[in-house]
Amino acid sequence: MKKMNDRERTYLVMTLPILALFFCFNTLPLIKGFVYSFTNFKGYGSYDWVGLRNYVDLFQDVRVGKSYLFTIKMAVVSTLVVNVLSLVLALGLNSKIKFKSTLRGLYFIPNILGALVVGYIFNYFFTYILPAVFKMMGGPGTSMLASTRWAWVAIVAVCAWQSVAMNTIIYISGIQTVPADVYEAGAIDGATGWFKFRTLTFPLILPFFSINMVLCMKNFLMVFDQIVALTKGGPAQSTESISYLIYNNGMSGGQFGFQSANAVVFFVLIVILSVAQMTFSGKKEEQL
Amino acid sequence: MKENGKVKEKVNWPITILLMMGLITIVFPLYMAIVIAFKQPSDMTNSISGILSLPKSWSLANFAEAMRVTDFWRSLFNSFLITIVNLVISIAVHSVIGYAVGRNKAGSKFYNFVYLYIVSGMFVPFAILMMPLVKQTAQLGIANVAGVIICYVVFYMPMNMLLYSGYLVNIPVALEEAARVDGASTWRTYWSIIFPIMKPMHATVAVLTALGTWNDVMTPLVIMSGGGMNTLPLAQMTFQTQFGTNYNLAFASYLLALIPILIFYLFCQKQILNGVVNGAVK
Repeated sequence: MKKMNDRERTYLVMTLPILALFFCFNTLPLIKGFVYSFTNFKGYGSYDWVGLRNYVDLFQDVRVGKSYLFTIKMAVVSTLVVNVLSLVLALGLNSKIKFKSTLRGLYFIPNILGALVVGYIFNYFFTYILPAVFKMMGGPGTSMLASTRWAWVAIVAVCAWQSVAMNTIIYISGIQTVPADVYEAGAIDGATGWFKFRTLTFPLILPFFSINMVLCMKNFLMVFDQIVALTKGGPAQSTESISYLIYNNGMSGGQFGFQSANAVVFFVLIVILSVAQMTFSGKKEEQL
Repeated sequence: MKENGKVKEKVNWPITILLMMGLITIVFPLYMAIVIAFKQPSDMTNSISGILSLPKSWSLANFAEAMRVTDFWRSLFNSFLITIVNLVISIAVHSVIGYAVGRNKAGSKFYNFVYLYIVSGMFVPFAILMMPLVKQTAQLGIANVAGVIICYVVFYMPMNMLLYSGYLVNIPVALEEAARVDGASTWRTYWSIIFPIMKPMHATVAVLTALGTWNDVMTPLVIMSGGGMNTLPLAQMTFQTQFGTNYNLAFASYLLALIPILIFYLFCQKQILNGVVNGAVK
């Protein structure tokens, strides 16, 4: 090996301690989680190796299956709702309007607020205000959060309320990258309204669209705070997200080993999704 | 977008008005929180108008009581401590690793590996790290504020390193070489030349890291559990049972938890918006 010069040594001195720190608090726990997934560890006391037992059980466990279905359904619906709403909002906020910066500033507020506290505020809204409104309109007057059919919609609504803010800002910066002469050329060809959006604006902001899709999907799959604040996984475990289930049963339910296996599967799901989304959106952009 | 030399377009009033009406969705939950926080349970009749009307008197009693119940100042202090210390360490550590990796990954397999290795940390969900980290921090005796800060420094490393090393591409190497010719060491060159030049990226990193840590619940929840320590969001969760059905008290407490970040937003709105966009788009 050639002798290192002073500069190369300094770079190494910079890198190695940070690398070690990263390993200890990211890779090491990841490996430990993987190892625990082959045990029947309760979180305390002694434990035995159980091989692939946890994984076999995982795929037969109704509660785990339900949590995956709920989380994926909720993430897909929220992602679509958020992207449609924020695209519309971004187009509005980017048009020739009065009070532009004030409106933009106000529409961004939900994003800076903590998800847990926002969840608690909406919890009250869904428990007391909305049923009262329904009752006035002749409805049943029960809370959405208490219904196994509708509780997930409330969670989508709260997640969307916060995420629209973030995605709108990203879309606005995307729309601003579209050069004005593209529109001028389009105007000569008579492109207006929906046609203009579909053929000019949207293809040009496609990179921003894919950023938003990935951001949304990943955030919503890991949803936790909103669940804690709104439903605690209920009613009848119908809104248990994967993260919430792992936290709840792994930390205090004596299923440390089993939920580690669940976390490993969840990790694989996130990696596959991220890679798939990146290659997919990467290809689409190349076509342009 | 500058409209220099172009005929000024007319203000689109229909869209302006629609957007202003849409603001109801943003303002209503906050309005609801404010009016409830100022009322007493006896003012809350079961009708919506009773709940949503303006309070008869703007008494701060609920806020004082909420501060006492949730030990507000201590939670606020913990939140500040975690956010500020994490911010300082993150900017120092992540910019250094971003620099070392960014300057070397093109010509070195090792640094390219380090780059990909740390970036791949972005794919790791907290859910899988959670349980082992609880054990690990307890064994190391850092199941407290220190442990939470260390976790944050590690969790934000992939994104921040990516941002810093990306920004470094725009900074010519010639600057460093000139300093080196003058006899400055690599460390000195870094701190006196590169670190100050990366100022715009420090702002982005600061905004993203601060917003993320200030509002985070899960990490302090699992790491500091049982320690009797709270952060501001965590306190809302811990005291749910104390609030009971006294929603007026609960809402006063929620508002107190939201106020610091709202004040911060009021003064640094531009930096926050820029930071968020830079972070997401790069």
